[in-house]
Amino acid sequence: MPPQPRPLGGQSPPVEQAPACGVDPAKLCQGEYAIRVKSHIAVLAAPLLTGCGGRHSWLAGAGAEARIIETLFWPFLFGAAVLWLAVMALAIAAFRSRREETRGLVRAIIIGGGAIVPGIIVAALLVIGLVTLRALAAMQPGLSVQVDGEQWWWRVVYDTPAGAVVTANEIRLPRGETAELLLSSDDVIHAFWAPALGGKMDMIPGRTNRLTLTPLTPGSWGGLCAEYCGGAHAQMRFDVTVMEPAAFGDWLAAEAEPASAQALARQDGLSVFLDSGCGACHSVRGTEAAGQVGPDLTHFAARQRLGAGIAPLTDAALRRWITRTQDMKPGVEMPAYPDLSPEALDALVGFLMALK
Amino acid sequence: MTQVPDDHQPRDGGRDAAERASLAEAWRTPTGWRYVSAVNNSHVGKWYILAAFGFFTFAGLLALLIRTQLAVPENDLLSMELYNQVFTLHGTAMMFLFAVPIFEAVAILILPEMLGSRDLPFPRLSAFGFWCFVIGGVFVCGSIFWNAAPSGGWFMYPPLSSDPEQTGIGTDIWLLGLSFIEVASIAAAIELIVGVLKCRPPGMRLNLMPLYCWYVLVVAGMILFAFPPLIAGDLLLEMERAFGWAFFDADRGGDPLLWQHLFWIFGHPEVYIIFLPSIALIATILPAMTRSPVVGHSWVILSAIGVAFLSFGLWVHHMFTTGLPNISLGFFSAASEAVAIPTGIQIFCFIATLLVGRASLNAPMLFAGGALAIFVFGGLTGVMVAIVPFDFQAHDSYFVVAHLHYTLIGGMLFPIFAGVYYWYPFATGHMLSERLGRWAFWLMFAGFNIAFLPMHWTGVLGMPRRVWTYAADMGWNELNLVSSAGAYILAAGFVVFAFDVLRPKGRTPTAPADPWKAATLEWAREGPGSPWGIRSVPEITTRYPLWQQPGLKDEILRGAWYLSDAKDGRREMMVTDILDARPMFVQRIPGPGFVTIFAAGFLGAAFIFATYHWWLAAAAALAAFVATVLYWLWTGTGGIPQTPRRDCGRGLELPLYASGAGSAGWWAMFITMIGDTTAFVGLVFAYAFFWTVHGSFPPPGTTPPDPLPASGGALLIAAAWALMMAARGLNAAGRRGAGAALLLVPVAAVAGAAALAFAAFRAGLDPTRHAFDATIWVLILWICAHVAAGILMPLYCLARFRAGHMDATHDAELRNSVLFWTFLLVQTGVTWALIALAPLIPSGAS
Repeated sequence: MPPQPRPLGGQSPPVEQAPACGVDPAKLCQGEYAIRVKSHIAVLAAPLLTGCGGRHSWLAGAGAEARIIETLFWPFLFGAAVLWLAVMALAIAAFRSRREETRGLVRAIIIGGGAIVPGIIVAALLVIGLVTLRALAAMQPGLSVQVDGEQWWWRVVYDTPAGAVVTANEIRLPRGETAELLLSSDDVIHAFWAPALGGKMDMIPGRTNRLTLTPLTPGSWGGLCAEYCGGAHAQMRFDVTVMEPAAFGDWLAAEAEPASAQALARQDGLSVFLDSGCGACHSVRGTEAAGQVGPDLTHFAARQRLGAGIAPLTDAALRRWITRTQDMKPGVEMPAYPDLSPEALDALVGFLMALK
Repeated sequence: MTQVPDDHQPRDGGRDAAERASLAEAWRTPTGWRYVSAVNNSHVGKWYILAAFGFFTFAGLLALLIRTQLAVPENDLLSMELYNQVFTLHGTAMMFLFAVPIFEAVAILILPEMLGSRDLPFPRLSAFGFWCFVIGGVFVCGSIFWNAAPSGGWFMYPPLSSDPEQTGIGTDIWLLGLSFIEVASIAAAIELIVGVLKCRPPGMRLNLMPLYCWYVLVVAGMILFAFPPLIAGDLLLEMERAFGWAFFDADRGGDPLLWQHLFWIFGHPEVYIIFLPSIALIATILPAMTRSPVVGHSWVILSAIGVAFLSFGLWVHHMFTTGLPNISLGFFSAASEAVAIPTGIQIFCFIATLLVGRASLNAPMLFAGGALAIFVFGGLTGVMVAIVPFDFQAHDSYFVVAHLHYTLIGGMLFPIFAGVYYWYPFATGHMLSERLGRWAFWLMFAGFNIAFLPMHWTGVLGMPRRVWTYAADMGWNELNLVSSAGAYILAAGFVVFAFDVLRPKGRTPTAPADPWKAATLEWAREGPGSPWGIRSVPEITTRYPLWQQPGLKDEILRGAWYLSDAKDGRREMMVTDILDARPMFVQRIPGPGFVTIFAAGFLGAAFIFATYHWWLAAAAALAAFVATVLYWLWTGTGGIPQTPRRDCGRGLELPLYASGAGSAGWWAMFITMIGDTTAFVGLVFAYAFFWTVHGSFPPPGTTPPDPLPASGGALLIAAAWALMMAARGLNAAGRRGAGAALLLVPVAAVAGAAALAFAAFRAGLDPTRHAFDATIWVLILWICAHVAAGILMPLYCLARFRAGHMDATHDAELRNSVLFWTFLLVQTGVTWALIALAPLIPSGAS
């Protein structure tokens, strides 16, 4: 597709009606658009041609910040290619040359090629880089979301006028509004990275870092921990769901509520949950379960994935997660419950899947 | 220089044979199992290179494991736990056990010959460094076979690495094992600096020195300033792990970012410590292959120095995403970009050399060309990631994995291979096969690019580093498969290379002594079988002596120049002055000995026992190490020579003893203490860092140490220094009282150290409570450890006087000890200021 003019972000970034590149992100996550290529060349060309590569791509352009950074990418890439070819051509020409008088040329090569040309290029790049950095710093946030990296999941707290709303592993953001993420950690260093939306930022114990994201394209985008954080680092993922502002407001209001009546009505499942000690680590607001060690599960079934973004949330996946936790995510802190009776497991899964 | 060469007539054959026999006798290599006691650079250099390539092979196999694991999604070939060990060890071994040691190994092998010197100034120190390297390397690498390898990443970020629950013994193995190896690296760096500065042939002024030697000087200097901050960091991290001292724990006033600063103040210069020596190999090979001197000699040197300086000012570009203020990001981004200019100048000087010369395309040049193609690409992506917003995306993604391998494999590995093809005949007397060389090159070049070019895109598609697996729906499958295939092709190229290097060459013809018709002095030495290297030490008047001084090679080989024999059967080398290389004296250097192996073994044991917290055993091993070193020094070559002067031939007569600033030993002590002080500055940096990040430091509720005992302690240590100075002066003046002064030094020093510790103790400082307490205690601990080493010195000197190995004019050990104490005086003064004065400064936010 032809490159589209992409406005730099600002206080009120423009909003597009259709997802960038005409790709439905929801289908992307099911791998429908997964790149299928046969040769080495095609592998390299594929992302160039499509311009976006999936829900984790820097070039998906789903957020204003990612687009600002993307404006650097293509000029850098083509500039580097041209410079590399020029240096190689010069080296080969110099190697083959049988020229006798070289003095002037030598000066030109050393001073021009070694000092002047790189000097101009890096000075220009530096200016462009600093201007871009300022553009990123100029984003004015409305919404504030606190995200804490935990081994190996994400604690998400929305700061609303009505009080804190706690959730986990899925961050929902309204389209077109700049959100400020306050990033920290209580255990080790993690890094928050949703490449389709913007750059990354470390989450460091004892510090709170700030990152703004301005989503532009509705859909579900992938995120992951970018700083090695021990054992299950590879499986510390999350989703960023970008919603229409009205839908987002409804969702946040629902998220602030205690667990649904339908879920609480499943007494057998709730008692398996409590008797198995799940409440020691997990909270389900509206029940006795008030653990703070693991993810809040009050609206667990409203999320798309489980285990910190590692698998689509289905009945079968949830059963596997409960009984063979370590197989799905080696290193995870949650113990497996392989000895639950089939009835107890049915009841528990029924309860959890009702936590909409 | 007053001597004029006048000895052009053929010399009498009998005398020539006698001289050769005397050299062969003095420099005889021990045979049989005693071969390991050899210390000459031509042996140690080769062992060092082989060992470094051994670790390279090991780390390369780990890389293949990584690529095999990542070839397909959701692979369970390696467990999560094992993978985390494998990638940590791959980075660790490549950086610490190959990239830096191979520089030192190659330099140990070729530097002395290139300088027309018989050996490095401290051969036993090279051997000691080699054995430390092997013991430490085997210990660190071997841990993976016990499932105990470090798994915190080669960068070892706390709090992951500072928590013994999270990262087990592997982290201790990493911290202590690598500190041990770093000690060896610094030892080699000291030796190389003294080698370049003091062991050049007469007449080789600094501006006539080969480019390779310049690079060695610059890089060894960088090691001296880059490694100590990491050693300081290692000390802090191990203190936190083993004893709970609070340095990196945010809950107790520590800060995880302190480690990142200390690590990258080491880690970024490290990249150039790896890169510059390899460029140095190219700068040496290129003139030989193009039949032309390197164009822009001074530009190259100034650029190398420029890179070295800049490299210490851009460590923060590894920390662009840690949330630092934009102003810092801008500054470090600019510094990172600026390094492109001196790097570019060096590369374009080489291209200009190609233009001026007439080059032929053989294996060394192929590898040099491949290095250029790969490195320039890595440099260009480096310019990209140095731009802060770009790095927000690229950082910790596979884009950076691709970038760093382009710079390191292009900037380091390919030049090393070029160097192996070039110097193989120098080291072994045989040529490597051109045909296999081409195979090896094209396999490696193609394999490398197939493996690493797609990784840029893998990173763009969002794949983070250090993941042991990835889900099939991420869109990374095909790219990873291609990268893995490339890795195997790259490995195949290395197998071809290794086969060619290692295959028996009994039937291949002997290489000519100077197969490349090169210009540097190492091609004028006698052959791989003569460890004394050069037959006679010539006077140098040009940059490319074998080209520009006609007949020089013949004269050298005829023994027509200086020091053409080994008169008393002792190993000797000429020491010259730093700037103009005027001959100053002839230094006796030691021959084979097991003492270096014992010293390395005991020191290694001390570190290894400490890993397991076997403190008593560690202390015993340390004591054994100290005793071994004392024996080593006592039986060394530092005594009073029987004849004061030596006839070096051509009417040149030189002293056989030097003391003070003219001697090689004094310079070694000076350079050692520069490195030592840099580590100390790392600790001071920790104090300053906490001071800036905390609103008030010391924290509210903490009583700083009482200035009175702290000041008394500092004064007593100053008094010990004054006593050392007095002893030196009294001895040199031939007056009485030097012995008494030396005896009083330990008394004053121990009392001073005790007073410092008492000050902190009485203030109730508890290093496990807060970072302030821990920082004060670690500074005091540092001074105490130095006092412990410092009090051995006057006692040693006293014993040397008593035994008749020192007198009023032969006082090298005493002068070197005074130098140590002068540095200790400065460190004590700074520590005193931090303990007694800094808490008086009102804090901004308190």
